[in-house]
This record gives sequence, structure tokens and C-alpha cells, in this order.
Amino acid sequence: MHIKEELAERHVLAITVDNESGTLARIAGMFTARGYNIDSLTVADVSEDHAVSRITIVTNGPPHVIDQIKAQLDRLIPVHKVVDLTEEGAHVERELALVKVAGKGDARIEAMRLAEVFRAKVVDTTTGSFIFELTGTPDKIDGFIALMREVGLVEVGRTGIVGMIRGAKA
Amino acid sequence: MALCLWGLLFDDKGAYAPAIPWLTGSSDVTEKSGADILVDALLAQGVEVVFGYPGGAVLPIYDALYNHPKIRHILVRHEQAATHAAEGYARSTGKAGVVLVTSGPGATNAVTGITDALMDSIPMIVITGQVPTALIGTDAFQEADTVGITRHCSKHNYLVKSPDQLTDIVAEAFHIATKGRPGPVVIDIPKNVQVATAATDAPRAAVNRRYQPAHEADFAVITQAVEMMAAAKAPVFYTGGGIINSGPQASVDLRELVALTNAPITSTLMGLGAYPATGPNWLGMLGMHGTYEANYAMNQADLIICLGARFDDRVTGRLDAFAPNAKIIHVDIDRSSINKIVRADLPVVADVGPAIKQLIQVWKSRKIKTPELAEWWARIKGWRAVDCLSYPAGKGSEIMPQLAVQRLYEMTKHRKTIITTEVGQHQMWAAQHFGFDEPNRWLTSGGLGTMGYGLPAAIGAQLGDPDALVIDIAGEASIQMNIQELGTAHQYRTPVKVFVLNNEYMGMVRQWQELTYESRYAHSYSESLPDFVALAEAYQWKGIRIEDVADLDAGIQAMIDHDGPVFVDCRVAQLANCLPMIPSGAAHTEMLLHTGEVSGTMDDEAKALV
Repeated sequence: MHIKEELAERHVLAITVDNESGTLARIAGMFTARGYNIDSLTVADVSEDHAVSRITIVTNGPPHVIDQIKAQLDRLIPVHKVVDLTEEGAHVERELALVKVAGKGDARIEAMRLAEVFRAKVVDTTTGSFIFELTGTPDKIDGFIALMREVGLVEVGRTGIVGMIRGAKA
Repeated sequence: MALCLWGLLFDDKGAYAPAIPWLTGSSDVTEKSGADILVDALLAQGVEVVFGYPGGAVLPIYDALYNHPKIRHILVRHEQAATHAAEGYARSTGKAGVVLVTSGPGATNAVTGITDALMDSIPMIVITGQVPTALIGTDAFQEADTVGITRHCSKHNYLVKSPDQLTDIVAEAFHIATKGRPGPVVIDIPKNVQVATAATDAPRAAVNRRYQPAHEADFAVITQAVEMMAAAKAPVFYTGGGIINSGPQASVDLRELVALTNAPITSTLMGLGAYPATGPNWLGMLGMHGTYEANYAMNQADLIICLGARFDDRVTGRLDAFAPNAKIIHVDIDRSSINKIVRADLPVVADVGPAIKQLIQVWKSRKIKTPELAEWWARIKGWRAVDCLSYPAGKGSEIMPQLAVQRLYEMTKHRKTIITTEVGQHQMWAAQHFGFDEPNRWLTSGGLGTMGYGLPAAIGAQLGDPDALVIDIAGEASIQMNIQELGTAHQYRTPVKVFVLNNEYMGMVRQWQELTYESRYAHSYSESLPDFVALAEAYQWKGIRIEDVADLDAGIQAMIDHDGPVFVDCRVAQLANCLPMIPSGAAHTEMLLHTGEVSGTMDDEAKALV
């Protein structure tokens, strides 16, 4: 007997939650307990009175599992709203990365030139290294990191994405 | 858990007070301790009974309950039993059951019952003591991360950090536990929060706003449902525990809806009693140990109207063969139950009680004639003729377990009888052969399948309804999992009856080993059984042993007639199997009716299923 796997699709979920202790654990634990995947997760409080946080989760699974994920999120008491950005259609996804590159000579110059092409900002430098700050879609950041590998990549830090629907409505 | 002397050293309230600002608040207004605020909050919710076990971290709450004129505390012998007793109380009365246990082992022992209540949607409040806030996270004596451990086995949980939160938290906890799809809510209260004081007229935050479950359905959807029901040639109602949870009126309305539509009706294990077993449209329970007619009706139906059930794997059998020709209407208060296992053609997110009322209302307003469904009923008649619940007669004086349940039913059906069970063959025989005509009379661990549920649940049910005849139909293996509660029943004079179908096997395990592992009975024989009659008598119970079928009725009558707890050790046929049965991974139409059909082995795909 072999274990079968189903085709998965990627979805970005924006979740509005009560900003109270244990909420993140409740959500992350629900994913683990039910065997769902988290590709990335970002969270920060977004309201003036610090009462509400917004969580962006990138997940993947077959369509019926994605539907369950949303329903299971919805039934958690501190969850107010779940929006599937992928299903809603046009939306913006942005991620921030810090990319450290070390090298001298040509490699260093090439790194600088590539960074300009990608509109990455230098936020730290020594004579032998740079830290670039880059925002963009995950694809763009993937592309940049792939290039940096060739010119002396040392370390990468990524935030995971935040996303928002295009247009006037929330 | 019993108090340890170390607890006394750690629990000095003064030692922690200076570190925490709200412990040193002003005393201009009337202040009460957290423990007193908690008890007031429980009273405000109408709590009359609390099931619990004291220990170091809940002593302040126990002191607040000392000689309490309105709240009765029931001292169990193990915290797991407190949770099952609260479940039994909740399931039979419709009110939330309340549990009070200490930190650490008190809380971890309660976890099984909390999970059980989550799986079976039982409203329950579990109050756990916790080490003082300053000690949380230090691996203190009897510390456990209760909110962490119970996060995914409760509907919601709280760690209370200040006594002035208690009033609102308790109110919200009861709201969450009882509204929507009911479930257990855990409130973890550190000991210093129980001792510290707060103003009793503390301003209230807006509570309960954030949890507003569905109530009525959209009339457009109901109208669509009625049109589908009126057009169906082979409809079947598939009902579940949601009807029981919706309250007794839902069962009354269900009967009217079934009469109006003339559709046959089957139910899950959890929903038994919502429609009477003596009713004309009743097919019996469906699923793994359901009846031939119920499972065939589900398989051949052109419309399944699922009311408050969740397409559990024990119900559906092999999914790709489940109800191949049926459209499905699924009414459930929990949106996540819909499309979880089986795709619904018409999802209806609503409380099933009001939804049934709406269905009746629309059906009547359209003046739809009750259909005859003659062809459909003729086919059902054919399936009924299989007489799937028949069983071979016992040899000589042997008692067949099915017969014992049937006699129990016949001899108690004229009075208000509440049945609880443990888990295993006896549970399925009780579901098959005991006829339930009313809701809230059948208390069993369905989703989690917790052995040891029945005796404490019976005690809880008896406390909720002192006049009912409460019987735990048990197995000799399961009953030993919480047998210490014989003491609780005696202490509180609850006249519960335990009726053990003693076949000296973990019968369901043995049955699966017979089906799947060529009768290699690995560790399923109940060795070294106690003398149950002597054991019962040691706990001041009346003990009865029945060994001969000729003595069965007299034994049952003696049990009923005794005004006090009775333990019946009924020796039954050892190798009887619970049939019919849909083996794991099989379709509704692949039911085993006789042991003769068993090959004794299965392929890996089937072996891998539970």
C-alpha cells in the first residue's frame, strides 16, 4: 500500500483576529492538528486601540481542503473575518527580504549592479559585505536571491507576505 | 489531586501580591475575592451542581463553596469522571455541565472528558486551578500548561489573569459553551487570582458580541429545500445529535416534518430518540452497525436530508460509494461540518431546530400534499424483510447479549428510562436493540469512543433527574475504566444501575481481530476479572449475577425494584458478534449480516482504516 497525495493550489488568506494571548497559537495549532500547511505567516496589530490583529497566511491544498481551512478558521472564537485573497481575485502581495552578500572585487560590483536592477536598498555595508533590503512579490524576491547565490549569498531573512484586495473595498 | 504540603508553602497569597498591581488596589468600593466572584458568576448562570475534585490550586474556590446553600458539589473519585458526569448531566438536562478540578494532574485527567465533550458537542464548563501567576512557566509543583493542552480539545479556553475579568469571562464562557454548536470551555484560574480581590461592580466590557452563531436559515434556501423534498421520489432523513442539542422542541417538530413528508428516517448514534424508534417511518440507526434498511435507503436514495449530523466515517462507509444517486441537503449550525466529508448540493447553515420549523412552515404554506412514495416504501419493506438484527439463539442456558438488551428494554419501556453506555459491542447492541422514543434519554460517547464514560455519565444524569431510572449498559472491560465511581454513587445515594454484558472479552476488539487478523486475539481477553458482585457489595451497592437465561427477567426485575444502586453482572455468550456490520472501507451495500461471511483477513487498504 502507498500513500496518495492530491494536487494542491496556493491561497493567501487575510484573517482579522482579536489581539489577545493565545490567538496565534490557536490558529497555528489548528493548522497542525488538522494536517494543513502554512507556507508563510505574518501577524501584527493593526488597530489604533491594539485590539485587532491582521494575520496573512499563505497555505496550499486541494480546493476542498482550502474551503475547510477557511471554515475551521471561522469557527475559532477570536477570529472575526477570513478573506481568501486568491479567490477574491485581483490583490496585491508584498514581502520584505533582507539579503546579506559577502565578496570582493567583481562579485561585489555585480551584486551592487543587480541590486540596482531590482531596486534593492543597501541598509548596511562593510568593505566585504552588503545587506540589501528588497520588497516585492515572492517571485521577485526568489529571483533576486537566486542571482545573489552566484555572487556570494550569506544569509536571507524574509517576512512572508502581506496581501490586500485591489480597489476601494476592504 | 490531593493537596501536598508543598502547595501550602507556595500558596501564601502575600508572597505574590506586591508583584502584581491589581492585588494592591484601593478598597473604597465593595471588593470580593476572585473565588467569590466566580461563585457569584456561576449562580448568575443558574448553576446548581458542580462535579469536582479538590486540590491545592483550587482551595480558595472550594472554600467559597463550603456549605453553599445553592450550589451542590459532587465529589467524584477521579477527574475524568467529573467531566463525564458533567456530560451526562448536560446531555440529559440540556443545561451546561460544570466541572471544578485542580491544576496539573487535575487538569490533565480532565482532558479525555473535555475532548469527549468537544467531539459530541456537549455544553460543559471546566474550571481548573492554576499555580499563581508568578509561578507560571517555572515548572512549579502541579503546574501544567492547561490552556496549551486544552486549546485544541476545547471549544474555547481562558487563562484568567485578574479577578475583575472573571464575571465577563464566565458569562462569555457559558454563552460559547451553550450557543451555536455546543462544546466544552475551559477557564484556568491561577490561585492568586482566586484570592485577590476586585470591585464587584466592575464595569463590564461588551461581552458575547464576538460569538454570534447562526440561528434561522434564509427563507430562499428553505424554499429550495422544500422544492427538492417535494420532488423527491426516494427521500430519506438522516438526523444526528444536532437535533438533541437544539432542544426538545426540535424533536417534536422533526416528528411533524417526517409525518408531512412521509419520508423514511434514520439517525446517527448521537441522534437516537429524536424520532421515536416505535414511529412508522423509523429505519433504525445507520452506519457501521446500522440496520440493513437504513444503509440501503441511504445508498438508494435520490435525496438525503441531513439534519444536524456530520457524515462521520462510521456513517458513510466507503466515501466513493456513498449515496451515489442522491442530492444532499445539509443543515448544520457549524459551517465547517458542511462539505467537510461529503459535498452538499444545498448547504444550510442554521440551528436545525428553527430550520425544521421553517421547513414545516414553507411546506404547509405551499399546501404540498403528503406524498405516498409507494414504490420507495415497497423497496424499504423488502430491505426490512431481511430482519438484519436477528441473531442466533443462545445454546442451552446461554444468554445472548442482544436478548439481554431487548429484555431490559421491554421491562423498562413503560417508565422514564435513561440509558448510558460504555464503548464497544454492548454500546452497539444497546443502540440496536433498545428503542428510544424520546430525546435526552440516550447518553453515549460517540465521537471519541471513550471507555469509562457510562458510569459517571449515569451518576450525572441521575443528579439531573432524580426520578428517572438510569441504567449504564456496560461491558466488563469498559466498566473497569472508571469503576471507582461506585463510591460516588453510594455517597450521593444516586440509585443508578450498572448492567454489565460480561463476555470476558473486549468484544469489539476481539470481533475486529476475528475479521481482520484470523482470530489472533492479541490481548483482548479480559483476564483476572474481579468478582463484580463482591466488588459492588464492597462499595455498598447491591450486586446481582445472572448466568442462566431462565433467570434473566427475574434478575432485571430485582435490579429495577431495588431502591438504590445495583450492579448486575450478566454473563453472556462469549463469542457473539455485533452485526450487521459494514467493515472499514466497505460501502453501505457491502454489509456483513452473518459471521459466516467473514474470511478472517483483509487487504492493507482496509487494515489501515480505523
